Amino acid sequence: MPEDLERYRRVMENAGLPPKIVEEALRRLEKLPREVWGRFVEEVIKDYESRLVEPGEVVGVVAAQSMGEPSTQMTLRTFHYVGIRELNVTLGLPRLIELVDARSKPSTPMMRIPLKGEYAKNEELAKQVVKEIEELLVGDLTVRYEIDPFEGQVILYIDLEQAERRDVGLEDIVKALKKVRNTDVFLDDPEKGIIRVVYLEEFSYVKLRQLKDKILSVRLKGIPGIRRAIVKKRSTGDGIEYYILTEGSNIRAVMKVPGVDARGVRSNDVFEVYREFGIEAARQVLIDEIVGVLREQGLDVDIRHIILLADAMTFTGRIRQIGRHGIVKDKKSVFARAAFEVVTTHLYNASARGEVDDLRGVAENIIVGQPMPYGTATLGAYFYMREPRGKQVKR
Amino acid sequence: MMAFRLGSPPRYYIKSIKFGVLSPEMVRKMSVVSLTVPDTYDEDGSPMPFGLMDRRMGTLEPGQRCETCDGRSGECPGHFGHIELALPVIHVGFTKHIYNALRATCSKCGRITLSDEVIEKKRRLLEYIKRTGNYLRETGFYEKVIKEAAKATKCPHCGAKKDKVKLEKPTTFYLVDERNKPIKHLSPKDVREWLEKIPDGDVRLIGFDPEVARPEWMVITVLPVPPISVRPSITLESGERSEDDLTHKLGDIVRTNEKLKSTIEAGSPQMIIDEHWNLLQYHISTYFDNELAGISPAVHRSGRPLKTLAQRLKGKDGRFRNNLSGKRVDFSARTVISPDPYISINEVGVPVEVAKILTVPEPVTEHNIDALRQLVINGPEKYPGANYIIRPDGRAVDLRFVRDREAMAERLGPGYIVERHLMDGDLVLFNRQPSLHRMSMMAHHVKVLPYKTFRINPIVCPPYNADFDGDEMNLHVPQSKEAWAEMKIIMRVQEQMLTPRYGGVIVGALHDYISSAYLLTRRQTKLDRFKAALILGMANYKGPLEKSEYTGKELFSLVLPKVDYEGEALMDIDPEDRKVVIKEGKLISGVIDHNAIGDQKSKTLLHKIILQEGAEKGREFLDNLSWMLLMFLDMYGFTMGLDEEDLPEDAKKEIKKVIDRHIKKVNEYIQMYREGKLEREPGATLEETLEQKIISELNMARDESGKIAERYFLPNNSVLITAKTGARGKMLNLTQMTACIGQQTIRGERIRRGYLNRTLPHFKPGDLGAEARGFIKSNYKEGLRPTEFFFHAMSGREGLVDTAVRTSQSGYMQRRLINALLDLHVEYDGTVQSAEGFIIQYLYGEDGIDPTRSVGGDPVDFDEIERRVLKEIEVKASA
Repeated sequence: MPEDLERYRRVMENAGLPPKIVEEALRRLEKLPREVWGRFVEEVIKDYESRLVEPGEVVGVVAAQSMGEPSTQMTLRTFHYVGIRELNVTLGLPRLIELVDARSKPSTPMMRIPLKGEYAKNEELAKQVVKEIEELLVGDLTVRYEIDPFEGQVILYIDLEQAERRDVGLEDIVKALKKVRNTDVFLDDPEKGIIRVVYLEEFSYVKLRQLKDKILSVRLKGIPGIRRAIVKKRSTGDGIEYYILTEGSNIRAVMKVPGVDARGVRSNDVFEVYREFGIEAARQVLIDEIVGVLREQGLDVDIRHIILLADAMTFTGRIRQIGRHGIVKDKKSVFARAAFEVVTTHLYNASARGEVDDLRGVAENIIVGQPMPYGTATLGAYFYMREPRGKQVKR
Repeated sequence: MMAFRLGSPPRYYIKSIKFGVLSPEMVRKMSVVSLTVPDTYDEDGSPMPFGLMDRRMGTLEPGQRCETCDGRSGECPGHFGHIELALPVIHVGFTKHIYNALRATCSKCGRITLSDEVIEKKRRLLEYIKRTGNYLRETGFYEKVIKEAAKATKCPHCGAKKDKVKLEKPTTFYLVDERNKPIKHLSPKDVREWLEKIPDGDVRLIGFDPEVARPEWMVITVLPVPPISVRPSITLESGERSEDDLTHKLGDIVRTNEKLKSTIEAGSPQMIIDEHWNLLQYHISTYFDNELAGISPAVHRSGRPLKTLAQRLKGKDGRFRNNLSGKRVDFSARTVISPDPYISINEVGVPVEVAKILTVPEPVTEHNIDALRQLVINGPEKYPGANYIIRPDGRAVDLRFVRDREAMAERLGPGYIVERHLMDGDLVLFNRQPSLHRMSMMAHHVKVLPYKTFRINPIVCPPYNADFDGDEMNLHVPQSKEAWAEMKIIMRVQEQMLTPRYGGVIVGALHDYISSAYLLTRRQTKLDRFKAALILGMANYKGPLEKSEYTGKELFSLVLPKVDYEGEALMDIDPEDRKVVIKEGKLISGVIDHNAIGDQKSKTLLHKIILQEGAEKGREFLDNLSWMLLMFLDMYGFTMGLDEEDLPEDAKKEIKKVIDRHIKKVNEYIQMYREGKLEREPGATLEETLEQKIISELNMARDESGKIAERYFLPNNSVLITAKTGARGKMLNLTQMTACIGQQTIRGERIRRGYLNRTLPHFKPGDLGAEARGFIKSNYKEGLRPTEFFFHAMSGREGLVDTAVRTSQSGYMQRRLINALLDLHVEYDGTVQSAEGFIIQYLYGEDGIDPTRSVGGDPVDFDEIERRVLKEIEVKASA
């Protein structure tokens, strides 16, 4: 009876039920005997309405408390190995603080890269993708280096075994090194893997050390920023699927790599996601990351609090920090800002500008000793006491 | 006078506050005296006229009267004085603002160095920004105007050459050439003259409000002197008088100012004048802020830096955070807490001593007049009594000094307010710090009890995060009917049993109640009529007792509201008793444990009762159940003995064998590592690989030995019961007591610190073996070996340090979260808005659901509704 379903859909929609709940209700309706449909929908609407938030509720404070209180129970351990021993991930309280701080770079950027078609089924193909994206620097293949301050050169000892494993020949290294300016490169001993880089201009020890740093960070292959990549497998409904986890993040470059399912690429770098995909995506990453941190710590926090936090951080179209440089700085109230941090600066600026504090927020009204217009004080209900005769009590 | 608002809304409220800078004229107008004498008191101790403590600025000494308003101390609010400065000085707080004004304007004509057209355009833009109310754009606008104007090299209005201005911190201004070389020093006088020339219209474009803050007012010519009440002097025990830091500073200023005056009058060379001028600048700068970068702080005779104006406001102990955002209150009490499981969870036991001091203002009506008369007669000493009476004219009468209280009581009538002692049933706010969530402050009903501690039911410990190892808590008595009503409706314990954090119960049965519930409801429990009567009596059961023998499940059912519930027990001691089924308030099968009535869980039996039957019923259920379980446990005699942690010899042997096997495996890994045969795991060094392998091997050793021990425990083992039912502890704790404690870690790694290449001198250098790196084979029952004990202490210390560091970090994070989000609220249209009116969300949480009322986060309880409607047709069919 699809017409009936349609009718009930409209009933629920008109009652203001969010689409998600309507869908779930309809799914359940189909499995129920026809005669209870009406009652069921009636009850669903009643149930939903009984659980709505009260107008005036200070949901911000509730959200802050709901995230702050459990954070006292978190571990302080910076590094943890989440199921994957191979990768270092910042978790727990430090990661949470990093997220609300809106730091421009996470301390441990990570990516989760799903693969397309055959690549997802075949481990060898997946490993090829890894080889392609994993960044390889000259320094990664160098066992030892010497700085020769007399001749003005840097001598590298290449780990041949490692180089072979990573599919790099000595010639490749030499070729890459040739790009370093003002130098000449010699392959001294192909057997032992000794490469000499001569500085062509006037040199000093300091300059040679700078040259050494430059040489070691010359990229041979891979994507900049992807320090490490590993293939992981997970079982799906129909067999095994391979995907890649990386240390370091570079969304734009990774998405272009053949075999990568570009639509599913995820990064934990909120700002990078913001730059590449915009604020809505950044907001989602923020939510997912906070949820992830809390879940990993085994703490149960309602998603609504996290969504509100993320929305407060992002609704201006930019990512704003929780604190004096972000959300608090943008508050209109002088008192609200001064009550948080850097008191005097705010007062000086406010007086030069002739700012007006309208006393609409919580902090301001606490300062002047008045009820703030939220919660039960959204409206002014007061108790009047009268004398029995109906005359007001004088005082 | 006591400010009682019993019966009328406030007449006035503050709508807004405007900030500004005092103009010299304003300062003079406010002032009652011009200070010229740098001293406080003369020889005989009376304030010097025109001195720092001039009587005209008010008085704080009792008996003295203010020469300006004739008020006594307490009545006189104090009056400002002023100092006429011989030469102007820069206000340190406004150097940046002055710098901006100089940068953006012409030194000759005072106009912004932008063409008239540009200025007009900017003016219109600013108007637009102000009109649309987007205050966030203002700062950027001013900065841009200043930056653009500062670029000019010639004034477009008068054609004068424009030099760059340089600010040398803290307060010196120079005109500089292109190479940043000073051309001319700008004295505060020069600066002031320049700023005076800027017209009001231009001033607006660079971020000043000329009505309340002309830029030249930021160069001080007249310094306001705060009244004495702002800087009271204190008399030490020795009779010596000690002045406030501000008074000291003001003394310096007056002295230097007088000196400067006389130097000028004497016609001294400019050099000498400048010297005194600079000194005056220094004193005034440090008077405002004594922690300025680049200048040394002014110090007290003892060498302690003076606490001047900025220091009074700043930081955690400053005016803002300590006195304005948080205030001290009357009608509060604090003492140690201790448990009393026999009071209700929404009660608090209050010592008589406290109840006699805290009072409730009770308006006299014809209904309560007799009772209140008796209280007045009892007076402040005899409980229950009253401490004050407020007469209809608003005067308070202190009953301590009323000799004839009977007569006083007789005079009582409507219009009087009696401040009576705290009595049973009064609502009070109860709080434990740190107040991390709203459940840290809940309303309880008073129960006046003997002895000197606050008593609370241990069931409400989790929301307060309280225990009884010396914790103290605070109690507040509401003083208005509005407060009382709010507390009753939204703050009482039963209203706060559900947490908004995850939509589940935060209070519930714990510890012994859980063990007791299990012991009572398991299959074998049967009680005769006498015992059943005993425990049902505790549960306030009022019905008949028909049977001669009751099962535990039947007894439990008698306190249960009529609900249906299906769930699974946490314990697995008796697998056949795991499936919990409750039909219409009858426990059909399954045992009750943490999963059904525990705290900090959602979708439990208790949660369901609260959601369906309401908070009050939920509280009643929890109270009655807990009392019943308490009685039952007393009868049962639940305890724990050392012998319960004994294992038979066989088990010990088996455990030893397992541990030895794993340690052997560890040694093999080490051998392989030494011989270079160990395969490196991807993404890890060889050492890391070895450590990983060893740790997982040793964890296996601990777990397996625990499994063995578990096999030998009897099902009636007390610790086993507490662990399995969720009453207290985990199985891990039990196996650590009986079998093997396991690996100790520091920063998630095996212990490696200590001596060179070894942890303790008992081991060979370089020993990587299990015992040498903190693996504890022993168990708590038998005791640790000395080296093991040491490792255990190391790990234990790390835990303590971790907790200490974490509290400060998470505390700061929460303060920031609160401060950032505190204005967000739900409007009537369902949107979430900030104080400024920005819309943060169109529908709260994307579904408008209050997490507190949700079922573990779910907006609608579909399962429950389904069950309900299906049941309805069943009933109909049978009828």
